[in-house]
Amino acid sequence: MNYLPSILSTVVFLPLLGTVLVVALPSREKNLLRAVALLTSLATFAASLNLWFAFDPAASGFQAVERFWWLWVFGVQVDYHLGVDGISLLLVLLTTFITPVVILSSWHAIEDKVKGYHACFLVLETAMLGTFLALDMVLFYIFWEAMLLPMYFIIGVWGGPRRLYATIKFVLFTMAGSVLMLAALIWLAISFKQFTGNPTLTFNLLEFYATDFLRPGTAQSLMFLAFTLAFAIKVPMFPFHTWLPDAHVEAPTAGSVILAGVLLKMGTYGLLRFAIPLFPHALHQFAPAICILALVGIVYGALVAMVQPDLKKLVAYSSVSHLGFVVLGLFVLNDFGLRGAIYQMLNHGLSTGLLFLAVGVVYERRHTRQIEDFGGLARVMPMFAVGFMIATLSSIGLPGLNGFWGEFPILLGAFAARPVFGIIAATGVILGAVYMLWMFRRVMFGPLTRPENEVLRDLSPREIAVFVPMIVVMFWMGLFPKPFFDVMEKSVAEVLARHEQRLGQAEVPRLEIQAVLDSLAPARKN
Amino acid sequence: MHSVSYLQYIPLFPLLGALLCAVLGPRLKPAAVGALATVMVGASFAVSVAAFFEVRSGHQALQTVLYTWNALGGLTVDVGFLFDQLSAVMALVVTGVSTLIHLYSIGYIAHDRSPWRFFSYLNLFVFSMALLILGNNLLVMFVGWEGVGLCSYLLIGFWYDGWMKEPGGQRGMANSVAGMKAFVVNRIGDFGFLLAIFLIVVTFLPKVADGRVLDFAVLRALMEGGIPSGIGLGIITTICLLLFVGATGKSAQLPLYVWLPDAMAGPTPVSALIHAATMVTAGVYMVARMSFFYIQSPTAQLVVAGVGAATALFAATIGLVQRDIKKVLAYSTVSQLGYMFIGVGMCAYSAGVFHLTTHAFFKALLFLGAGSVIHGMHEEQDIYRMGGLKKYMPLTYWTFLVATIAIAGIWPFAGFFSKDEILWQAFNYHNEVFPEAGRVIWAVGLTGALLTAFYMFRLVALTFWGPERFHEVLHGKHPHESPWTMTLPLTVLAVLSFGAGWLAMPHIWGPNLFHHWLEPAVAALPPVGGHHSGPGLEWGLMILSMGIAGLGIASAMGFYRQDAPLPTRMKAAFPGLYRVLYQKYYVDELYDTAVIRPLVSVSRGFLWKFFDVNVIDGTVNGLASAVRLCGMALRRLQTGLVHTYAYFIVLGALAFVFYVMMMLSKGL
Repeated sequence: MNYLPSILSTVVFLPLLGTVLVVALPSREKNLLRAVALLTSLATFAASLNLWFAFDPAASGFQAVERFWWLWVFGVQVDYHLGVDGISLLLVLLTTFITPVVILSSWHAIEDKVKGYHACFLVLETAMLGTFLALDMVLFYIFWEAMLLPMYFIIGVWGGPRRLYATIKFVLFTMAGSVLMLAALIWLAISFKQFTGNPTLTFNLLEFYATDFLRPGTAQSLMFLAFTLAFAIKVPMFPFHTWLPDAHVEAPTAGSVILAGVLLKMGTYGLLRFAIPLFPHALHQFAPAICILALVGIVYGALVAMVQPDLKKLVAYSSVSHLGFVVLGLFVLNDFGLRGAIYQMLNHGLSTGLLFLAVGVVYERRHTRQIEDFGGLARVMPMFAVGFMIATLSSIGLPGLNGFWGEFPILLGAFAARPVFGIIAATGVILGAVYMLWMFRRVMFGPLTRPENEVLRDLSPREIAVFVPMIVVMFWMGLFPKPFFDVMEKSVAEVLARHEQRLGQAEVPRLEIQAVLDSLAPARKN
Repeated sequence: MHSVSYLQYIPLFPLLGALLCAVLGPRLKPAAVGALATVMVGASFAVSVAAFFEVRSGHQALQTVLYTWNALGGLTVDVGFLFDQLSAVMALVVTGVSTLIHLYSIGYIAHDRSPWRFFSYLNLFVFSMALLILGNNLLVMFVGWEGVGLCSYLLIGFWYDGWMKEPGGQRGMANSVAGMKAFVVNRIGDFGFLLAIFLIVVTFLPKVADGRVLDFAVLRALMEGGIPSGIGLGIITTICLLLFVGATGKSAQLPLYVWLPDAMAGPTPVSALIHAATMVTAGVYMVARMSFFYIQSPTAQLVVAGVGAATALFAATIGLVQRDIKKVLAYSTVSQLGYMFIGVGMCAYSAGVFHLTTHAFFKALLFLGAGSVIHGMHEEQDIYRMGGLKKYMPLTYWTFLVATIAIAGIWPFAGFFSKDEILWQAFNYHNEVFPEAGRVIWAVGLTGALLTAFYMFRLVALTFWGPERFHEVLHGKHPHESPWTMTLPLTVLAVLSFGAGWLAMPHIWGPNLFHHWLEPAVAALPPVGGHHSGPGLEWGLMILSMGIAGLGIASAMGFYRQDAPLPTRMKAAFPGLYRVLYQKYYVDELYDTAVIRPLVSVSRGFLWKFFDVNVIDGTVNGLASAVRLCGMALRRLQTGLVHTYAYFIVLGALAFVFYVMMMLSKGL
């Protein structure tokens, strides 16, 4: 199959078109608004499938590229420049797949300001897709910042009682990172301009990739750290994670699903798209330290998740642990780790998304998320129990489900880089089973102790329609992972090859921390 | 290796059964669901038999590769199945015993609220177990490995809102907690298994062209002529030990055995199938499957056999004093698994796997018999409240007695042949790291055999013989014999427990068919010169172990034959020892105090409430307060509106960017 004309712009801006429609409709037609939003997101998903079928895994570089001159002021040139590769393709599909699911999930949960709510989700979808597909760094930054606004409203307007605190915290954290990124981005463009002698300041990522323009040194390290910090906050990596539990607890269910499912991936995507390929020498120096933070995050997130009394906080901290795996995979810099990490991004989107949906199901019925308020729900909600169990098993990486093909390659990649990393990270596999199954037992098993739980309804047909697609994809990705891994192969190989090549050309001074690390956690030699 | 196109049906029939039971089951009658599930496992057994005959006539292993599961980093993994002589034994035992236990379950679970759920899980278990034993590479095996763990978890907690009953009637551990404990402890083992896989990949991947480094056939070929050059013995030993960590979890060996006794919370057919006959032997199978690694490493052999021997003795001592009929059998299973590890640890693979086979028969029979007793006793499990059941449940009694004699190791019952072969191999085993290891393990195994005979006959005496002690608990009801769907499997298993031993006769009597059958599938130690024990010695040792077993039986009968006060007399004579044994050496309490409680309280009190809330978030909020203090000076700006704040954030950001640009342009 060939790419449809302007397919990327179509995918990115279809939701925005839907927003226009939603805004134009009368506010009282709530079901119509919901239907329009759902249909728009489904159409976007259908359009994005063209990307999947037309994508050529054997081709190198970016595909379906669209580029035209956009802004040119004071010698600064910004392009409208989109393109897809094996890394962004899967994240785009994740986004277009999850958005209709969350819109369907909030059908009855949101009765207030329905129009604004759906407008926000559709704008958010455009921003997310744009972020994944932008190849001009200023365009990327614009989409990146554009995500913040609808998310700010989703939590701030339709959120829980402490939503104001949560939104401010969320916005401040993200902004702090964004500012650093913007500064580093401009610095980067200026360095590029100096190196090439171009008359204009450009932000074309492809040119940055193609040119080895940064010398090892403090400047590169600072830029790398600025980018990494910006994305690490978004991931969020330990110790920048404390905004996440608050944001999740206050966000409405659909907001949590999108936040965990897609928005957090922006951080790891950014690391992979910018921090890793652009700064080879700094990466080489700092990667082990970042791996250590990731390891701390894996274990710390799991232990703190274990003792949470609130379901949403538990899932939020489990995200810290799971994204620790992703970051670890990215920074061990081998094929196992990188492809496992990308797969784990998808897995986390699905499994954590479904876990938040499950929490939403019980929250809608009982208006509480405290684990102690439940117990024995399996008896009154058997279908829900099955769905919730599958989400739990996916989250703990049971082979046969999707999670395994994220965790396994990441752990293998970590072990191949430095065995100690693999060993420490693998303890996360034990802890994951502990906190998830303990939670599941307290919520679903045991006797029904509370009379108000005895009358809970099982899943409605609409909720089944929300759960089933997620579960089908989980099994599919667990049983047939190869097509997904094949799609990523070329793009990941390019990242690794370029890194090796650039690193080989320059002497990189060793940091003292590396010497300490090498004695504690020696790298494996072949 | 011969390619065939049908091996996948061995797992797929039960998988289909699991799905059908889940989807159609709620609308069917309990007996119909049970029949459906039984037929599906029976079909799987039929395919296994067909495959067995094909291996037997063709003298080569069969293989079916369905598709390439994944390929990355140079590693390729297929979804493929291997049916060689070892998998043949496992497949026949697993699907055969499963079919019988499915049949038995129809009667057992008929009055439950959701028999369809039970049979769905049970079929899913057979599917996973088939993956485990038929996978042609470590990763498919691992899928089965985790899958059986999941089914075990689901079935232990099958009655998820109930509790176990302690002897004496008080409430014990919740069933769902027991299930969780099993899963988590197994995960600790899986941690080792995973690391072993990683170590195998990174060690051997450069030596394999097509990336199928996890295939058993490929690994075996690599190890054919000893350890390949460039790889140290230390690596091989590490791989073996890490794999064995996985085995101690799944097969309930020291120190990870603690989940198995609590797994008795599950319905009794589950205990028979999963927690006695099949799943718990997965670790033994795995060591035999990876024999080409273990024969290279004397250290690993010593550890496996040593842990097996220690577990065999340790668990047997606990079994001496337990009051719950299923707990006695559970500790007995742990102990017998220890014997199997003695066998495979010393590279006597046919001995270990043969004990696995006979144990599957007689231990499944013991559990099913116990289930029949519990069923007939209206859910009572305390053997102090039984006695004299022989009269009410004759068929259950006689089959139970056959299994008891078999496990005690009395000629000519099956357990005699398998256990004696292990002890004989131990006696002759030579380990270069610790030359006396064989004799020590033999002595430990012999002591264990004495205890086994004792606790098993104690169980029979307290349950079936002596005065009737059940009248106060049954309130006038009578124990009753079970229906034919339950007694038929008992009879078949009793025949097997009696006669299966002849498949592996001691070589002084005749051909060891089992050993010859298994030979092509497992690696063998090179013969040690100058270390031959004659037939006279073998006869002597055989008679000795028979005498030991007889001693155990005689003392148990002496103690428990007459009436109830005697056992309490023993308790009075050694109160301290009795309490330690009855409380299972306080190992659960130790783990709880030393690991679980500290972990939870540190996580809650320090990591979460102090570090996360105070240190990290405190720093963030402190920064925010500092900013707010500055804001106090500029009070007019403090409007309290988020929009205003956001506005200033953006303004600040722009100022910062502008500053950076100025700095940079100066540098240009």
